Amino acid sequence: MSEITPGLWEILLDGVWITLQLTFLSAALAAAVAFVTGLARLNRLRIVRFAAGVYFEVFRGTSALILMFWLFFVLPLGLGWQLEPMWAAVLALGLSYGAYGSEVVRGAVAAVPRGQHEAGVALNLPPGQRLWRIVLPQAWPEMIPPFNNLLIELLKGTALVSVMGVSDLAFGAALVRNATGQSAPVYTVILLVYFVIAFAMTRGMRVLERRARAGAGEGPPRRAALSPRRLFAPRRRAAAAAAASSGGERR
Amino acid sequence: MPADTANAYTDTDAGGRAQGRATVGTGTTADELIRFDRVTKRFGSNTVLDSLDFRVFPKKHVTLIGPSGSGKTTILRLLMTLLKPDEGTITVDGTPLSHEERNGKLVPAGEKHVREVRKNMGMVFQQFNLFPHMSVLRNITEAPVQVLGMSRDEAAERALELLDMVGLKDRSDTYPGRLSGGQQQRVAIARALAMRPKVLLLDEVTSALDPELVAGVLDLLRDIARTTDITMLCVTHEMSFARDISDCVMMFDEGKVIEFGHPEKMFGDPEQERTREFLSAVL
Repeated sequence: MSEITPGLWEILLDGVWITLQLTFLSAALAAAVAFVTGLARLNRLRIVRFAAGVYFEVFRGTSALILMFWLFFVLPLGLGWQLEPMWAAVLALGLSYGAYGSEVVRGAVAAVPRGQHEAGVALNLPPGQRLWRIVLPQAWPEMIPPFNNLLIELLKGTALVSVMGVSDLAFGAALVRNATGQSAPVYTVILLVYFVIAFAMTRGMRVLERRARAGAGEGPPRRAALSPRRLFAPRRRAAAAAAASSGGERR
Repeated sequence: MPADTANAYTDTDAGGRAQGRATVGTGTTADELIRFDRVTKRFGSNTVLDSLDFRVFPKKHVTLIGPSGSGKTTILRLLMTLLKPDEGTITVDGTPLSHEERNGKLVPAGEKHVREVRKNMGMVFQQFNLFPHMSVLRNITEAPVQVLGMSRDEAAERALELLDMVGLKDRSDTYPGRLSGGQQQRVAIARALAMRPKVLLLDEVTSALDPELVAGVLDLLRDIARTTDITMLCVTHEMSFARDISDCVMMFDEGKVIEFGHPEKMFGDPEQERTREFLSAVL
């Protein structure tokens, strides 16, 4: 047993940076996949819906860890070249979480009232404009809370990459533990670090959600997302506030 | 009421049936603005429109009445291309809605063709269907800018004129969620008119409103009917409004026009027993 030296702390810090990179890159890929697949699952062409449905079922039903191994070890046999472990990880996480995310996109888009589509038709807006200008702006605020869940799942999922030797936070922790022989302080610190990152993400997503709801006509933007009182305040539904403010005349 | 409507209800069409095709206005086939030929629409095993024939000439105001489920709203939705007929043809201003000619052949209409025909129609919905994420002004300007290619400034100028007409010029920056139902519906009317349609389809536009807000919307529509050339097809339960604005009232039952005529005649001395029953129930 020995002390955690500054050099070892640095390994952990580097690990945090890699974890953040992995999270950000995978999330970007997952978001793109989620929108493309989610919208494809609502396409009027049956073949498009079917293809997207197959993608969704396959990637939802496979383990991200096995997919990562597969991309890293099996794919090279066919392609003749091997992905960097980091990119295999981003691909595996992005494709898996994109499949989950597609369900979020599909659900939120499908939840926009029919009348909104119909008003778009009545104004002769072309299908693409109806989606982009009418449906998505209203669906977007509904997507943010479930996206936040997925983002945090994804953050924690990045710990899988350590088994492939990517030097993320979990990998750093294992190194430091081996060097010092101390499990308790290392893993306690790591646990907290994951929590702090996740919490910061949640706060960020809430700001995003509040802005999105304000932009969707559900009430004015609210201030002070990071004030201590608000930090732990129970979440209020902006929609409820908007409904109340419009009075009883809307039936 | 225009004088020509009084004797306008005899069918001059060769294909007309014994009862006579419901016809509103006079003119040749080339002048027709809306024409339904044996249009049938089913939902599952329920036949909502049963081989329906009727035609409407420009500038006429037609009110569709009848018990709920008789297919009135379906007619408007078919015209707005929100539904497709199972059989028959709908023609708007001489162009079929569901088919187009390509290489000399009649083929199912593509999106481009449908949008071209759809230009003629505007619709106001029972539930307003304003876009909640856009200001009142933006609700009105969005389609003129995106679809008609109008500049933002020009569209805004016209939108403000329309808002002035519907009495809401001072609410242009408000979001729909902050307006009363009556105000929302007036914005929806302005939004439909901004696209300069030839036909305005009004689908029970006051049914979702609190009673005290109904009059304002109906007065506005009376004004529009009186001062513009727009053709109106109107599904309503407001019989006094129907009497005021209509050139023709069509009574529907079980997917057919069972009687049609001038409102004075329809409300004063209807011929069909079924019409009499319906009117005595709603008046």
